[in-house]
Amino acid sequence: MTATTSQPTARNAAFAGVLQRQGAAVVLVLGVAASWFAFPHFGTADNLRSLVLQGSFLAVIALGMTFVIISGGIDLSVGSNYALGGVLAAYGAQYGLVVAIVLPLAVCSLIGLVNGVLIARTGMAPFIVTLASLLFARGLLLALTSEGATTYKVDPGSAFLWLGQGTIFGIGVPVYITLVLFALGGLLLRRTRFGQSVFAIGGAEQSALLMGLPVARTKISLYTLSGALAGFAGVLTAAYLQSGVTVIGVGTELDAISVVVIGGTLLTGGAGTIIGTLVGVLLRTLIQNVINQIGTLDSNYQTVVSGAFLLVVVVIQRLLARSRTR
Amino acid sequence: MSSATLTRDRAKVTAWLQNYGVYLAVVVLLLFNVVFTENFLSAANFRTQLVQAAPVCIVALGMALVIGTEGIDLSVGSVMAISAALIPLYLGAGPLTAIIVAVIAGVVSGLFSGYLVAYLGIQPIIATLALLVGGRGLALVIAHGQLVQLHSQEFLELGTGDLLGVPIMVIVAGVLAVLAGLVVQRTTFGRHLVAVGGNRAASTLAGLPVKRVLISVYVISGALAAVAGVLATSRLAASDPSDVGLLMELSAITAVVVGGTPLTGGRVRVLGTVFGALLMQLVQATLIKHNLPDSTAQMVQAAIIVVAVYVARERSSR
Repeated sequence: MTATTSQPTARNAAFAGVLQRQGAAVVLVLGVAASWFAFPHFGTADNLRSLVLQGSFLAVIALGMTFVIISGGIDLSVGSNYALGGVLAAYGAQYGLVVAIVLPLAVCSLIGLVNGVLIARTGMAPFIVTLASLLFARGLLLALTSEGATTYKVDPGSAFLWLGQGTIFGIGVPVYITLVLFALGGLLLRRTRFGQSVFAIGGAEQSALLMGLPVARTKISLYTLSGALAGFAGVLTAAYLQSGVTVIGVGTELDAISVVVIGGTLLTGGAGTIIGTLVGVLLRTLIQNVINQIGTLDSNYQTVVSGAFLLVVVVIQRLLARSRTR
Repeated sequence: MSSATLTRDRAKVTAWLQNYGVYLAVVVLLLFNVVFTENFLSAANFRTQLVQAAPVCIVALGMALVIGTEGIDLSVGSVMAISAALIPLYLGAGPLTAIIVAVIAGVVSGLFSGYLVAYLGIQPIIATLALLVGGRGLALVIAHGQLVQLHSQEFLELGTGDLLGVPIMVIVAGVLAVLAGLVVQRTTFGRHLVAVGGNRAASTLAGLPVKRVLISVYVISGALAAVAGVLATSRLAASDPSDVGLLMELSAITAVVVGGTPLTGGRVRVLGTVFGALLMQLVQATLIKHNLPDSTAQMVQAAIIVVAVYVARERSSR
């Protein structure tokens, strides 16, 4: 008797779980299929190439954000770090390829490290610490560019540009880099002790502490990683745009948070996937692309749709989570 | 013995700093400016400072109430933009109608985020993030992405006019601050608000109207943000939905936190919030008057936030 009643409930719960984890992927597949039929230009190789290339910069930032959010934290400084990384890369490019990559990575990792130390060692809220470093990194960027008036240009002959503008089999180099980083990120999260600690801290920090996991060290590494990845996204963007554009990255932290949440990672921490984030990024890029394809639509609808979409996803997640606990 | 006294003294100093630090900082900064800044002690300068602090202060009051319930409202800047975008559409029917429509838009936005938080149980940061992202887009769609010059003298009076020698904007901010203080200190709603922020589960068990309280704070925050949007629009003499209220959520949160309201909820300091807004304005003015660039101003602000939260943390852990 109990078996017959509980079986469908269990199946429902399992279904809800699958939907929560794979919902974004289903929407992505349907969205791509619909756009393919609706817009003649959508399915062209050119459009698809630019779609994945456009998505790759945000994807690198969102990868770090995924780790941070799974641990139950948040990193608001990534947008500023992204812009700072771009400026430092363009500045460093005049001293050669190595400096162009190492300088931004070092500075942005350092900002992430400071975030991590303040959060892990003093117990201050991640939200407020990274809010402060959002301001700090933007201030540093302005100080380096004479209040935003200087735009460092990369020499057109520089090998550094290959990172952003080069192609392999017709597809942009940033796309390959992103895929490699996501593969490494997936391994780090799923197959290492560090990844398990991240899940444990996000699930129940006190228990993780009592179990003897290196909570402080893991948190510090997480925020350092997030800072480094945001800086690296800046490096790729600088190589793509051939210059260190000072005004990029405002509000990018919010884009990154939304794609992570859309990808099925819970903002409460303790659950999430790397592949979900990739799907979230692609969905966001798809929305952007479709609005461009429609053409007649006011480009401002893009943010309206993004906001509404984020909301729908979160509400569905919430309702599914409820039906599972019942 | 002596080390015990020392720890106790340190605890006392920290507690005192947590309670009065923001006032001390404002006084110190004022004194510094009186001595080192030329033309600081003039009525015109004080007017400018107060008028510039007014919109942040108004938004921060609503933010303080939301943070008191352990929430956060990231949508305030976008609500300001929506309010600004609506004004030129209704100004033809008289300034009062335009203002009422703008404030109603703020109330509706607040109802929306409040419903998501209170009834669907969505985290405040995500519920209001959706409105932050979508709201400004909506404002730009309403305004067709354009800046509109305003010419209604009556409406512009709000941002530039005086009443008994005091700018109307400052009077509005002052009245709203007093009202917020009364609500928190003297009403049942204020007690409920603090209780919900302190311990939501216990409040539910005690039979407090938790959902109603939560929805109300977001409505208040939305309405206040809309008022700030109206004032900013009037002062600018133009409706500029792409720029008005940009990053306002960060300034408001900073003012609240620097004013000593903990992000963990359960406590609201209205006067502290007002002084938090004044302090951040004074910091900016001081740096500008001494020809320090915007970049330095931002880095100093970052340092102030970290120090303020660090001090607050010491107090709350005791």
